[in-house]
Amino acid sequence: MAATKRFGKIPPVSALSSPTPILDVAHLAKAFGPVQAVRDVSFAIAPGAITGLLGGNGAGKTTTIGMILGLIEPSAGRILVDGLDLQAHPVRARGLMNFSSPYVDLPHRLTVFENLMVFARLYGVERPKARIADLAGHLDLETFMDRPVGRLSAGQKTRVALAKALVNRPRLLLLDEPTASLDPDTADWVRRYLLDYQAESGAAILLASHNMAEVERLCSDVVMMRAGEVVDHDSPAGLLARYGRDDLEQVFLDIARHGAQKAAGR
Amino acid sequence: MMAGSLGRIGALMLRHWYLLRSSWPRLLDMIYWPTVQMLTWGFITLSMASPSGAAGMGAAGMGAGVLLAAAMLWDVLLRAQLGTTMSFLEEMYARNLGHLLASPLRPVEMLVALALVGLLRTLIGMVPTSLLAIWFFGFSVYDMGLALVGFFAALVIMGWAIALFISGLVMRVGMGAEALAWGFVFALAPLSAVFYPVSVLPEFLQGVAFALPSAHVFEGMRHLLATGVVDLGDLVTAFALDTVYLALGIFAFLRFHKSARNKGRLLQTGE
Repeated sequence: MAATKRFGKIPPVSALSSPTPILDVAHLAKAFGPVQAVRDVSFAIAPGAITGLLGGNGAGKTTTIGMILGLIEPSAGRILVDGLDLQAHPVRARGLMNFSSPYVDLPHRLTVFENLMVFARLYGVERPKARIADLAGHLDLETFMDRPVGRLSAGQKTRVALAKALVNRPRLLLLDEPTASLDPDTADWVRRYLLDYQAESGAAILLASHNMAEVERLCSDVVMMRAGEVVDHDSPAGLLARYGRDDLEQVFLDIARHGAQKAAGR
Repeated sequence: MMAGSLGRIGALMLRHWYLLRSSWPRLLDMIYWPTVQMLTWGFITLSMASPSGAAGMGAAGMGAGVLLAAAMLWDVLLRAQLGTTMSFLEEMYARNLGHLLASPLRPVEMLVALALVGLLRTLIGMVPTSLLAIWFFGFSVYDMGLALVGFFAALVIMGWAIALFISGLVMRVGMGAEALAWGFVFALAPLSAVFYPVSVLPEFLQGVAFALPSAHVFEGMRHLLATGVVDLGDLVTAFALDTVYLALGIFAFLRFHKSARNKGRLLQTGE
């Protein structure tokens, strides 16, 4: 079932004109020496929207997410998180976000509870034990809260990483390949959970994924990147209509092989 | 603001406390090497002090136990540097740095937390060792009184300064620089004049030695053990130099952090 049908609350792209975007990225650029990894990237995410960030390998998705998280210094541009300039107010802005990425791990020797307690305290969560108990219940972690993270299965680790990403009730959740390396059942569970969580909390989600079916199912809005640039930005339905395709995977391939304008005008 | 800052520092310290309490090999490692060092130098001291000892005059000249005290104070510097650097390396090994630095934790808060964990690791290593020295050799470093607190603090601060520089370098260039964590401080041992007076060094090296806080600590320690009097000049100079070294260490760490952020090294840490 499409996310927009199941949860009427998810605002369409047009909603960006009304409230302050939870994320407003303007003219973002990043060069690593002579390599221009990201160039003039601009997009915004409305509160409560689930936005997909798509692109092939080397398209600049991870660099863009790294800059939004404050882990990579932009060469140019500006990032506002709920109207706060990330550069000027890094502590407050980062407190509004959280993330999960395959590029980082939770300490393997610490138990699930210990990891969540450390991050709850880092994010200044009030009544951290109650929040952790709440997450453990929702994400079905209760049976292995005292187990070191290093001894968990891939599916369990993904749920723990998700719990860490939600521990501070972020208004903006950044997820880089949240279902990569998961079996179909667990991946489906994660997707359903994200939809439920978004609907209940009203949090916005920026989702980088190579799984086009996942993006179609979850996202109200898709940002397509190629060679460091945003080449298209629309709802999944809008992209399908404009490229004359039946699914996002075909749109993705068109853009990856031919570029956005060429592909849309085919 | 201050409460938030203290909370985040406490959170990172809690992370390392969880790690230490869950890993007896780590705890054992912290106590094992200082104890081995203490035993080795303790027996050397005994042999030098005994009438049949070939070098008995060394001990007589400098006062019994001076080698043992020097060995233990040297370990304070070594453990403070290693303890702080290791706390940082644990984050690199765990690929956790991205999580920490994307949280509201400021780099300077991280640095304070690592330094305090380094101090904790030093105390875990050195307190049992110093008590064992009393039991084994009847030598108590605590007989140095308040001066011991000064010597200890001066060496810990120097250890922090070196550790911050090395941690920053590892953050900037990756785990290839890890070897420095283990070897760098040993290069300072000859110049720190741990077991001999600075005057033994060639003249051109004496100036270099006196630019190190550690040399003033060991000179002060020898003076105290030989005369029973604390030379405050040595301690004041050591702390003055420490201030400069620590400022440089913090500056280097923050610059390396900025550079690593610019190069995109914080998201994908490793080699």
